[in-house]
Amino acid sequence: MIELQNISFAVDSDSQEKEILRDVSLSIGDGKLVVITGPNGGGKSTLARMIAGVEKPSSGRILFNGEDITNLSITERAKKGIGFAFQQPVRFKGIQVLDLLRIAAGKPLSVGDACNYLAQVGLCARDYIGREVNASLSGGELKRIEIATVLAKASSLSVFDEPEAGIDLWSFQNLIEVFEGMRRNIQGSSILIISHQERILSIADEIVVLKDGRVTASGPREEILPTLIGTQAAVRECRKNVVKKDEVGVC
Amino acid sequence: MLKLDEIQKRLLMEVADLHKVPEGAYNIRSNSQSAGRQSTANIEITPKTDVSGLDIRIKPGTKNESVHIPVVMTQSGLTELVYNDFYIGEGADVTIVAGCGIDNCGPKDSEHDGIHRFYVGKGAKVRYVEKHYGSGSGTGKRILNPGTEVYQEEDSSVEMEMVQIKGVDDTERTTTAELAAGAKLVVRERLMTHGSQRAISTYVVSLNGEGASADVVSRSVARDDSYQKFDAKLVGNAACSGHTECDSIIMDRGRILAVPGLEANDVDAALVHEAAIGKIAGDQIIKLMTLGLTEQEAEEQIINGFLK
Repeated sequence: MIELQNISFAVDSDSQEKEILRDVSLSIGDGKLVVITGPNGGGKSTLARMIAGVEKPSSGRILFNGEDITNLSITERAKKGIGFAFQQPVRFKGIQVLDLLRIAAGKPLSVGDACNYLAQVGLCARDYIGREVNASLSGGELKRIEIATVLAKASSLSVFDEPEAGIDLWSFQNLIEVFEGMRRNIQGSSILIISHQERILSIADEIVVLKDGRVTASGPREEILPTLIGTQAAVRECRKNVVKKDEVGVC
Repeated sequence: MLKLDEIQKRLLMEVADLHKVPEGAYNIRSNSQSAGRQSTANIEITPKTDVSGLDIRIKPGTKNESVHIPVVMTQSGLTELVYNDFYIGEGADVTIVAGCGIDNCGPKDSEHDGIHRFYVGKGAKVRYVEKHYGSGSGTGKRILNPGTEVYQEEDSSVEMEMVQIKGVDDTERTTTAELAAGAKLVVRERLMTHGSQRAISTYVVSLNGEGASADVVSRSVARDDSYQKFDAKLVGNAACSGHTECDSIIMDRGRILAVPGLEANDVDAALVHEAAIGKIAGDQIIKLMTLGLTEQEAEEQIINGFLK
């Protein structure tokens, strides 16, 4: 269970304070799959990074299983059971896919187990296990490896920042199976996904809409999703490559 | 025959992965003396008579054999200059493992300057591995100045792996190579300096024949107050191809100077140089921290991977 209480976050932009998040409060219960959507620039990724500890709020508190983690480091949060899949995966010269999965698992991981994680994200394991996580991998391959590291970490709360971006050749169905598998395999596992893809919104238990740094709507999917169809907050797969930043997409 | 103490055995393990007497031809040099030597039917090792060092003659056509010639020094204040000449016969295919480990527990500098000359016959293939390592708590410096000269005949191939990860205070490495038509040279250098160490690495590779190629890549990390200079020059004297690369991470107050040098004396010479120096990317550390590593553990993983 994670609870964000009155989170605000501001940055200096051209010597002016710019508010990215304004008094955001929300909670994600155990076993829940919550999707945060909303227009680009609304503060979604910042919120995800704040939960992982990459950014610290200007004010407000974050509670994880009842404990105040607001001032804990990224490492401490990771050890307490928070996983985070980057929107733009990081490249490493020399570190192999197997090394990264082993670091993620935090324990000795057999090649067979590592291969299973890669298979779950649709990669032919034997072709990738010894590859370096460097620029020789395509954006889509890196994205899937990024998701595999979060699978291997087996966190009680996994945060995915736009997991579908860059995996065009891999079906949405497989991605959805990954999330469903996590919920099945990790006791009480909760998942937070940043996405404005309708297919992903349609598997959410709850949806939160973030706009201009504020929560403008939140509640069960059945209630929220119908209000989003046809807006930029719920884009259909077929249009994901053509929707412009500030365009209200209608398929 | 081999009489080595525990420190010498540890140094041998570090520089040549040797846990026991190697198979094949070898010469183990310990504190300026030969602690063991063996030739084989195809590889003859003989000591030089005019200067300190060895002649290593590998018969034409020798396949899948290896030569180990590691050097260990544990006596503080020892300074030596050694010439080892390798004559690799036509069509041979061999692995040569060199390397030097210095343990200096005393107040005086210990220095090993090894000059290795390779005469590589037509079509021969050589894989050369050279590791340098220093240890010991003495105030005396551990100094290694390797000089490598490579003369490659037509269609020969040389792959060199040079590694210096720890404990060498001062090193000046000079490598020159001359390649005839169709010859290929690949160099992979891995270097880490720390404390107030200094490492200078200079290459001059002359591509003299049509179809000759060279690929010289250095990956290095400079920590603390250490200094590195990577000076790689390729000279294209024919229709050839060459690539040099210096890829470096700097940490703390470390400094690195990369000096690209390309000289094309033939219109069909294709020469490329790349150099990148920078600190560890912040997002790499953040990613590994989200997987549960501390900042320091993340840095170690990134450096280990980079130098692997």
